[in-house]
Amino acid sequence: MSSLWLELERVLGEVQKPARYIGCEDGMTVPVHHPDRVAWLLVYPDTYEVGLPNQGLQILYEILNERPDAVAERSYAPWTDMAAVLRREGLPLFSVDSHRPAADFDVLAFNLSAELVYTNVLECLDLAGIPLRTSDRDAGHPLVLVGGHCSYNPEPLADFIDAAVLGDGEEVVAEITETVTAWRAEGHGSRSGLLRRLASVPGVYVPSLYRAEFDEGILTSITPLDDAPSVVEKRTVADLADWPYPKRQLVPLTEVVHDRLNVEVFRGCTRGCRFCQAGMITRPVRERPADQVRTMVTEGLRRTGYDEVALTSLSTADFSGIEQVVAETVADDACGQVSVSLPSLRVDAFTVGIAAEIQRARRTGLTFAPEAGSWRMRQVINKLISEEDLYAAVESAYSQGWRRVKLYFLTGLPTETDEDTLGILEMARRCVEVGRAHQHNPSVTVSVGGFVPKPFTPFQWFGQNTERELRRKVGLLRDELKRRPKAYRGVQLKWHDARASVVEGLMSRGDRRLGAIIEDVWRAGGVFQEWSEHFDIGLWEDALDRHGLSLEDFVYRHRTEDEVLPWDHLSAGLHKDFLWQDWRDALEAVGLEDCRWTPCYDCGACTGYGIEHVVASAVPPAGGSQGTGQDLSTGGTVPVMLRTRPSADRSPEAVGV
Amino acid sequence: MRVRIRFHKKGKVRFTSHRDVARIWERALRKAEVAVSYSQGFSPRPKLSFGLALSTGHESEAEFLDLELAGEIAEAGEWTPERGVAMAARLSSALPVGLDVVAVAPIEKGDSLQKAVMACTWSIEVDHVDRAGAEAWVADVLAREEIVVERERKGRPVVDDLRPHVLSLDVAGTTETGVRLLADLGTQPRALRPTELLAAVDPPLTARTVCRMHQWMSQGDDREEPLMAPVSPAPSASVPT
Repeated sequence: MSSLWLELERVLGEVQKPARYIGCEDGMTVPVHHPDRVAWLLVYPDTYEVGLPNQGLQILYEILNERPDAVAERSYAPWTDMAAVLRREGLPLFSVDSHRPAADFDVLAFNLSAELVYTNVLECLDLAGIPLRTSDRDAGHPLVLVGGHCSYNPEPLADFIDAAVLGDGEEVVAEITETVTAWRAEGHGSRSGLLRRLASVPGVYVPSLYRAEFDEGILTSITPLDDAPSVVEKRTVADLADWPYPKRQLVPLTEVVHDRLNVEVFRGCTRGCRFCQAGMITRPVRERPADQVRTMVTEGLRRTGYDEVALTSLSTADFSGIEQVVAETVADDACGQVSVSLPSLRVDAFTVGIAAEIQRARRTGLTFAPEAGSWRMRQVINKLISEEDLYAAVESAYSQGWRRVKLYFLTGLPTETDEDTLGILEMARRCVEVGRAHQHNPSVTVSVGGFVPKPFTPFQWFGQNTERELRRKVGLLRDELKRRPKAYRGVQLKWHDARASVVEGLMSRGDRRLGAIIEDVWRAGGVFQEWSEHFDIGLWEDALDRHGLSLEDFVYRHRTEDEVLPWDHLSAGLHKDFLWQDWRDALEAVGLEDCRWTPCYDCGACTGYGIEHVVASAVPPAGGSQGTGQDLSTGGTVPVMLRTRPSADRSPEAVGV
Repeated sequence: MRVRIRFHKKGKVRFTSHRDVARIWERALRKAEVAVSYSQGFSPRPKLSFGLALSTGHESEAEFLDLELAGEIAEAGEWTPERGVAMAARLSSALPVGLDVVAVAPIEKGDSLQKAVMACTWSIEVDHVDRAGAEAWVADVLAREEIVVERERKGRPVVDDLRPHVLSLDVAGTTETGVRLLADLGTQPRALRPTELLAAVDPPLTARTVCRMHQWMSQGDDREEPLMAPVSPAPSASVPT
């Protein structure tokens, strides 16, 4: 067996946090390699601390290791000190499970959760000793795949990857394994033969089988070569109940982010927030049965020894029966003192009941995401939570003993005015005021991020705010805080680096021409760009200049309706005309209801794939406004009307009733 | 009921930090369903007290942990050696490969481990030096009246004399690639780390592996450890490579 452990052991004393590289997690599978098995290396192109908890990677790790025809190990981007040591010693990228060289695997599958890691993909390939470009690889090299949310526009990485996989990975990894096995059984034909076969697997996109054409710097077409499909559709598992993974969540020996048991309670979200790519591309809503959630929580806590469990989803308070699951978990003596965290809380579904339950054990911070500071702005982005909802949620929290509340906002949204931006502080100020009734020194941390338009959202046509404009808006907020320090006592402001938002925007909606940029930045040492200590916008600007490309074209420019988008030949199920109409509605501040509890408006995600929502409750789980049929204008100051847009096809079949 | 645990840290797991080991223990106690007392307050934590920190990357056959049992385990009556053996086995199976409990015994409330321990015995494997070279180096160290090093602590330059902390130093044998040193190094008021000593005297030596063999609560011939390891052979850390 080809383990590099003895070589690595000698150098681990030289690097920071060597426990990142030892594996040995509780839940790790001891890999058994065999010539008949397809060996997968699942790579998270960021540090171990960030990558280890990734649930998608862990799910695929288990599913593949349960198969008789596959074996899976994991790898994470070595930090810069380790990369330097590996190069000095002539050692390659390795798996953490059995410390096997990356190039010994049949498949390298990268999880792409964020755009800024793209240069790390190149770093990992280079450390692995694998040619960077798909065109330079032969039948003896591993297959290089990417999956995860960024693979919905993998065009910037088109030169480097062999294939991108769209959507849920649970089923498609089996088909890819079988395809590789069949290809090998025929005696390792040509690599292009393997790629053509992979292109026929639904959900698998092979960029080298498509030709992108440009006319004066504008993308004019992406056409399939040979018999590659004209549109690659995403994969969706119909029912999460069939996939109770991870069954054995990995428990690392060293501290990582989200260091707790994580149980996914549902996938998909139909709240319809227009800025949210995750909500758009993961439709429909598929809830895990509450019994299964309880079993996964109880068994998971017992097996791992964790004392914290997070019930994860895009909006956990929307889970049917959330209060009951939380209450039972906290009350279960067998689990000891357990705290429950609920990431992604919507204020309109957060109640005193939930607040009371989750605070019975240890109290962590509470975070809400109103996203925008004015009602008009929230109509534009379709995050239809009223200020009353927010203050009620915040009141629930403070009255149950929390002293700190965190609020997430976006700035640089379509149609945003300075009044909207400053509304952020007004909301924060009033939250502190609400808190004073219950707490001596309540505090609200406002976290402001620059909005980055994403593919397959109604905002995919929107020209992102410039770096300068984003900075100006943050400056507005800072100045206002300085001007009236007394009024804003208890309000803290944090903001995201506008330059990083610009590069994220560049990758998010970029096309194939960016391959050269990514390679240049990587060659100039630009790795770990999502880490502020390594991020360097100068590297990106220099590379763009060198290749005659501009941020204006890729990031700041509004797209037109008839323009070919770099991801038009890929599909998340959403009709492009639905997204366009939703974009027009956004500009008119017209809201759209949550189709989970109201009739279908045919976005395409269910109807196109013959699947539907799996939701246990026919009504929203808690009070609130959106989609509940409540009169939304009770606040008096914000006249609200949810207009249902007449659709071309609203026959009963089409709307699913 | 207060108990002291002696455990080994060997193999891959030696690359975890002192803080990592504390967190691993918290989870292991819950997995093994060994109830311990918790601190009060906003963020209750199990009351565990570890001895001297072990540098990341060093192995040990003498790590100690004191804790206060709670619940049924604490009220189960008279302590017997059998209970200690059973609890050691239960904890070892809840710990990762390489962390192994070798002894558990009740203790009276006394000084904290950090205060009580006066010296540690270290086994240090050094590469790229032969026996004669190592013996000369050891003799040089022992012959010196002082070994002064300058370093920064809390942002200020400090001058330290390491020599008083070198209680004994021997070449204990040879290895395939060098020699094995055995050293007793003082820990009060501040522990001397084996790697500091190796680097402080010319020619500086580089350790390939360092293993803490003992911690001593007193000095002299009748010196005692916080908790003796049992006579039976300790479980070896079988680490898959």
